[in-house]
Amino acid sequence: MRNCAMVDPKSHWQSQRFKSRLRRRNRFERQFRYLGIAAIALAGLSLSVLLVSVLANGLGATYRTEIALDIEFDPEILGIEVPGAGETAEITASADFRAVLRTSLMQRFPDAEGRSEVRELVALLSRGAAAELADRLVEDPALLGQRIEAWIPASDDVNFWLKSEAGDSGSNSRLSERQVAWIEALAADDRVARRFNGRFFSSGDSREPELAGIGGALIGSALTLLVTLAVSFPLGVAAAVYLEEFAPDNRWTRQLEININNLAAVPSIVFGLLGLAVFLGLFGMPRSAPVVGGLTLALMTLPVIIIASRASIAAVPFWIRESARGLGASPVQVVAHQVLPIAMPGIVTGTLLGLARAMGETAPLLMIGMVAFIVDVPTNFTDAASALPVQIFLWADSPERGFVEKVSGAILVLLALLGILNGAAILLRQKFEQHW
Amino acid sequence: MTRFRQTTAMLAIAATALLASTASARDQIRIVGSSTVYPFSTVVAEEFGRSTSFKTPIVESTGTGGGLKLFCAGPGIETPDIANASRRIKSSEIELCEKNGVSKITEVKLGYDGIAIARSKESDSINLSLKQIFLGLAREVPTPSGDFVANPNITWKDVDPSLPDVKIEVLGPPPTSGTRDAFNELALEGGCKTFPAIAALKNTDKTAYKRICHSIREDGGYVEAGENDNLIVQKLVANPSALGIFGYSFLDQNRDRIRGSLVNGVEPDFDNIASGKYPVSRPLFFYVKGEHIGKVPGISEYVREFVGEKAVGDYGYLADRGLIPAPSDERKQIRADVETGKVVTLAAEN
Repeated sequence: MRNCAMVDPKSHWQSQRFKSRLRRRNRFERQFRYLGIAAIALAGLSLSVLLVSVLANGLGATYRTEIALDIEFDPEILGIEVPGAGETAEITASADFRAVLRTSLMQRFPDAEGRSEVRELVALLSRGAAAELADRLVEDPALLGQRIEAWIPASDDVNFWLKSEAGDSGSNSRLSERQVAWIEALAADDRVARRFNGRFFSSGDSREPELAGIGGALIGSALTLLVTLAVSFPLGVAAAVYLEEFAPDNRWTRQLEININNLAAVPSIVFGLLGLAVFLGLFGMPRSAPVVGGLTLALMTLPVIIIASRASIAAVPFWIRESARGLGASPVQVVAHQVLPIAMPGIVTGTLLGLARAMGETAPLLMIGMVAFIVDVPTNFTDAASALPVQIFLWADSPERGFVEKVSGAILVLLALLGILNGAAILLRQKFEQHW
Repeated sequence: MTRFRQTTAMLAIAATALLASTASARDQIRIVGSSTVYPFSTVVAEEFGRSTSFKTPIVESTGTGGGLKLFCAGPGIETPDIANASRRIKSSEIELCEKNGVSKITEVKLGYDGIAIARSKESDSINLSLKQIFLGLAREVPTPSGDFVANPNITWKDVDPSLPDVKIEVLGPPPTSGTRDAFNELALEGGCKTFPAIAALKNTDKTAYKRICHSIREDGGYVEAGENDNLIVQKLVANPSALGIFGYSFLDQNRDRIRGSLVNGVEPDFDNIASGKYPVSRPLFFYVKGEHIGKVPGISEYVREFVGEKAVGDYGYLADRGLIPAPSDERKQIRADVETGKVVTLAAEN
């Protein structure tokens, strides 16, 4: 560099060599920037393709095709004793609601004759339609003997046919020509419609796509995460505080630190095996219970929380501790009154991110029996339950076509919840984080 | 100090939950086992829960082998009550059960399942004999001189000049699957046996026979596509020249997109599988733990619902789902066996 001074500075930085070097550097700079933009564009593109396809499919999950029928709750057809004056009829599960539906359809289409034609006619309706009618009558026993117009869920095949209708000839459909004619007749009367499907959010799993819901899985996920939070948050924070504030720096604690970092990277299925061996094998806890799922996921989340909490505690400036001690605070008071409140936004952020990860896990739950067909919505920590990602996995594996949109719908719900958790983490950090 | 109190409260909740969970009697049937039986088992479970006062049983899809392992773990109430199986229980599994104190096992055959070899609807239907399937998919095939060489066939035309000139590309289940076991046994071994030299080997060298007849090529002609049959269906639609192997119910549900190939000239449809004409079909079972009857409410009622005409009959609701019902006489026999509680013993095996 010293010989630079010897040449005329002007001629030096305006020399041809200098200019070409500058051009090269600028070109590289530009290319590097374009590369970055291209990478982000690619990521954005694939994300939007995913979101658009999930959205296009998933919004359909909240709707289902229903058919309006004139239903007569005739005690005779139902096979129920006609109640005397002042009595209420006992509506049992054995009452023949299928017969009611069949009668109603046959009145609408008297041209259906013979066993196989009637079977085809009844196949227009969901297999769960009878159960829904039963629920309705149980809710309002006064309907017995009445004639009402009711919207009855249509079968999956009808749903698909309507969606792909657009004049496709019958060859590609699972519906027969007769069935198509009936549906077209009903549609001409405005008796076929896509209606909002509230069951999707409230009911448990079902093998009928039009009845299946994510309610059970949502509650299962919530119960599981509650246990995870209750176990991993206090343990994780306590461990982090001890390691950061009180532990001596010796070979043993350094070993511990390495192990915790390694644990955070262990594949989740390993925690599932651990949960199977310890909670189910050793302690004899029930299979498929959210408490076991929660504990297993807590094991998985603990290292994440410890690492995040330690980083957050370490970021608290040393002079806060020194000042507190100078004013006579004991070490525990320093931690409880000064360090933890300041570190809390970071700790909570780490915990929320850990929980978001736990919520998306299926592998550990597989081992402890939460990947199962569960119809009843769980009500406490020991009831059998599944979880949202598990429900997605189970539906994706079902042969019925109607589950395709259910899968996308459930993915949308899971994504929304993850978005809320991560959004909350960002918000907390921005709002409460302090800078020095 | 409120923070401290909150933390203690949370710990207390966790502790109570732990204690509450350790002591529990069960009022809900637990079913584990085959992923092939799972779609049928769950439908019955749902119907059972809906039409009776019992809780809806919990059904886990663990695979036949994994399910029987859990089932045979012991007679305790924490073990499953019923194991679904896409093959008959093995004598080794019965031994395991007995060693662990599970001796009252009832076998229930629920019907049949056909294994379809299907193709996208965009391509022509294909007719394969069992022998051609073996020649197309086996790891080693016999030469005219009687030796065995690594499978040299690249296209179906190489296997037999009458077949189309497309690359052999078959998507099927991995070895852990019961469907794969059944396919090996029925299709591969069925084709393998048509060579007299190999059939003779069965009596002289059983291990060599098994190795030749049950080994699938690993050079790319057969692609292990995982346990998810929907995925195989999607791949078939995207790749019209490929063939896929899966249970009949998936063919039935996706008839608008894929078509079943003929095997030995027989189409895989309901009637042909039920009558036994279609060669690649297998019985499906579930096993009931007798020790739990009376301890867990509803087991007998569930089994009765499952074997009733309403479910497994010719027009039962399981037939709508792709289950092939057993012949009517056999169904009567099964119901009679269920009522008397016939127990599986080692002697009844094999």
